[in-house]
Amino acid sequence: MAVIADLAIQGIQMLLVLCLAPALTGFVRKVKARLLRRRGPSILQPYRDLWRLMRKEVVLAENASWLFRAIPYLIFSATWVAAALVPTFATGLLFSWSADLIAVTALLGSTRFFLALAGMDVGTSFGGIGSSREVMIATLAEPAMIMIVFTLALLAGSTQLSSLAGFMLTSPVGLRVSLGLALIALVMVAVAENGRIPIDNPATHLELTMVHEAMLLEYSGRHLALIELAASLKLLLYVSLIGCVFLPWGLSPPGADVSTRLVGVGAYGLKLAAGGFLLAFFETTVAKMRVFRVPEFLGAALMLGLLGTLLLFVSRSL
Amino acid sequence: MAATFTLLCVGIFLSIAVLAVLIGQTRNSTPAIYGGCLMISLLALAGGIISLLTGAAGTEVVLPLGLPWIGAHFRIDPLAGFFLAVVNLGGAAASLYGIGYGRHEHEPSRVLPFFPAFLAGMNLVVMADDAFTFLFSWEFMSLSSWALVMAHHGERENARAGLVYLIMASFGTLVLLLAFGLLAGPDGFYAFTAIRTHHLSQLQAGTVLVLALLGTGSKAGLVPLHVWLPLAHPAAPSHVSALMSGVMTKVAVYAFIRIAFDLLGPPDWWWSVPVLVMSGGSAVLGVLYAMMQDDLKRVLAYSTIENIGIIFVTLGLALTFEANGLHAAGALALTAGLFHVLNHALFKSVLFFGAGAVLVSTGLRRMDHLGGLINPMPVTSILVLVACAAISALPPLNGFVSEWLAFQAILLSPQLPQWGLRLLVPAVGALLALSAALAAACFVRVFGIVFLGRPRTPAAQQAREVDLWSQSAMAVLASLCLLAGILPGFIIDSIAPSVYSLIKARMPVQGQIQWLSIVPVAESRSSYNGLLVFIFSAVSAALAAFIIHRFASRATRRAPIWDCGFPDPSPATQYSAESFAQPIRRVFGTPVFRAREQVEMPEPGNLAPARIIVTLHDPAWEALYTPITNAVSFVARQLDRLQFLTIRHYLGFVFFALVTLLMVLALWP
Repeated sequence: MAVIADLAIQGIQMLLVLCLAPALTGFVRKVKARLLRRRGPSILQPYRDLWRLMRKEVVLAENASWLFRAIPYLIFSATWVAAALVPTFATGLLFSWSADLIAVTALLGSTRFFLALAGMDVGTSFGGIGSSREVMIATLAEPAMIMIVFTLALLAGSTQLSSLAGFMLTSPVGLRVSLGLALIALVMVAVAENGRIPIDNPATHLELTMVHEAMLLEYSGRHLALIELAASLKLLLYVSLIGCVFLPWGLSPPGADVSTRLVGVGAYGLKLAAGGFLLAFFETTVAKMRVFRVPEFLGAALMLGLLGTLLLFVSRSL
Repeated sequence: MAATFTLLCVGIFLSIAVLAVLIGQTRNSTPAIYGGCLMISLLALAGGIISLLTGAAGTEVVLPLGLPWIGAHFRIDPLAGFFLAVVNLGGAAASLYGIGYGRHEHEPSRVLPFFPAFLAGMNLVVMADDAFTFLFSWEFMSLSSWALVMAHHGERENARAGLVYLIMASFGTLVLLLAFGLLAGPDGFYAFTAIRTHHLSQLQAGTVLVLALLGTGSKAGLVPLHVWLPLAHPAAPSHVSALMSGVMTKVAVYAFIRIAFDLLGPPDWWWSVPVLVMSGGSAVLGVLYAMMQDDLKRVLAYSTIENIGIIFVTLGLALTFEANGLHAAGALALTAGLFHVLNHALFKSVLFFGAGAVLVSTGLRRMDHLGGLINPMPVTSILVLVACAAISALPPLNGFVSEWLAFQAILLSPQLPQWGLRLLVPAVGALLALSAALAAACFVRVFGIVFLGRPRTPAAQQAREVDLWSQSAMAVLASLCLLAGILPGFIIDSIAPSVYSLIKARMPVQGQIQWLSIVPVAESRSSYNGLLVFIFSAVSAALAAFIIHRFASRATRRAPIWDCGFPDPSPATQYSAESFAQPIRRVFGTPVFRAREQVEMPEPGNLAPARIIVTLHDPAWEALYTPITNAVSFVARQLDRLQFLTIRHYLGFVFFALVTLLMVLALWP
């Protein structure tokens, strides 16, 4: 019986992230538009876009290989699995022990690996420019992420996300320097990983600046829909990650009753809204960077992460 | 028993080598020789696995060879069993590949005799149980591989590679000779059993460790002793490159483990410092070098340096933990290292085989001349893709598991009491993470440029799929990559006896953990389940595909490339290996390699092409080797004068030398 309940929670969580992801993207767009005194499209627009893309035929380049057609499914499934492993409204998820935060990072790394390959499959200069910039950004963002994971894991004594969230929720953690450094670094990494301003602009088709879009240029129809959905999922994943680690309030512990669960879902919705609002606010206040300024930005994230880890290593009490 | 059996296999290898000398020129010699090697490697592989799993210390076999009154000692303990398994697995795959690939060899008699000899040499090193036999086998291995490097000696670059290899191999052996000299002591304890009982002073033991690191590191390819490796590995035929890169470097790792963990006695905490510094540097520098290369096989050779760095990082961690009595953590680090030894042997062999397949079907090694091979070579490309994903540490493949274990070991190290290590270990952790991310970038570049995109030359356009032997060799290893990734618990449990034989501790028994997860310390701390991640991803991909095909439009139309509405017929406009590496070269290359880009624009009106010239400086050559070469040339020039003296002067020299020696003898206490 308990297993079935756990399975149900896990299933609800997986469906929840899938259903909420486009809404979060739409929400960020809407808030951004309102902050710029535009009306902006409805929050539901991303769902309509996905539906429209699904109904369209796929236009494949003549020399596109089988890999090009398989990659959208690979990217989608890896992102979905990663998103399913991050506690959203409840800890103690059934599958949480099958992969930890390092594995979540690596799963996202594999989506990038395949997306970069997709960019190079057809053999255009746009795809190449996107892929080569993407891997350059990743070479700094990924180690920064690992250092953040180290900081969190050293504090909580676990790389398991459920245990991590449980630790943050129950122990008197207090304000810690390492935790603060990790939060700043994680936000920076999240901005870079999701291709947001100032690293990349998800709404642009300006050739010289785009990274993520450049890799997708040759995609259309259902393939594009899957990749767009995966991108929304990834944004949701990072917001949930920050929420579950740094703002764990409202997360329902394993075996909680229905009302606690519902509180958890409500708290999660609030966290998403707050995260989306802050992201939109941040994006309207900064300008896009030149590509070769990105290493400085991410280098700072890497240094902050390393500093957080070092502080924990040299002091036992912190 | 096991030792006798494996010695018998080695004997057969050597007779195959002799046979190859005799029949090398005949028509069917290639399949016969490689087939024989395949059989014997499989037998030796079985022997290695059995002695690993039984975990017995093994009996010693003494052959009346080698030094008089000492003989040649051989023994297989679990550690040797593990490395025998790795060596012979790689050997079997290379032999299988060679049956097909060897047919393209122009001068088979230059390769065939040395291939079994090389296999025999590697087996002997791992089995050796006394210092003399060990060094003799080590030299035998080096020389037979040198002969294979020189197989195509006509090419100028190969001759240089051979020379550098020979010099570095001699250096390595010399250093190891000194290390064993110290270990054996003045009483000449040659046998390893005697060395274990012989206690060295702290200073002596430290010196031995540094010497062993230099000696084995030069064979394994630790920066800055790596310079021969990217020259020599690509020069050999591809299946030999796979053996040298995937397997021979592992024999060097074995030698280091044997000396540092077994022969030297309990470690001091500072031993790990030189190991961690050199290995962390190797991991990042190796992959950065790889990123800057254009020759496919050279990229792979440099990436070996990175992987060796990762392995030595875990060995350094294990030494640290052992020195501080943290046995469980030590066992975790050592298991991670041995796991990565196996992993690297698997995926690096596939990658070299793939490079060989590309070479056979197009005749090209330069990545900028290839492209689009995924269409004509579907099987090779998917197998190489698996290996690329594995080496980039993507779940659920095997590379991720060993990396995950290494990270878990790093997370245990705040317990260390030494301040220096508390600063060094997280820094090494950051280097490890950086090298993993760079490796993924490097292999996106390799696969993207070589197999994807449009063919850049007619040769790439006319590529064909390679023969079934080569395909099956790659397929076996690639499926092992997947298996080891989704069922890592079994591998960890099989490694456990060799870890236990060294440090009297092991990781928890993984076979008893539910659902085939792996747990390094405790379940609440961390766990990973490759199988579940695999099934989970496969199911969700299948679900997505099902829903898409159920509800979405299935219409597909082939059309010309869109490319933002700017279609270009020339494949030269797509990204090349050089341009792909440019952002990373700017970010990392400027500080490390002093990379500089120079654009040469012709005068207005001049129709000459514009050029972009990139200059890179190799820090290892410039800081270490150029001064040594200069010093050697200087001394040589000074000594050169001796050549033109009269007979009077020579006699005078002899006289003075004699007087000096006699005085030394007279004054000697």
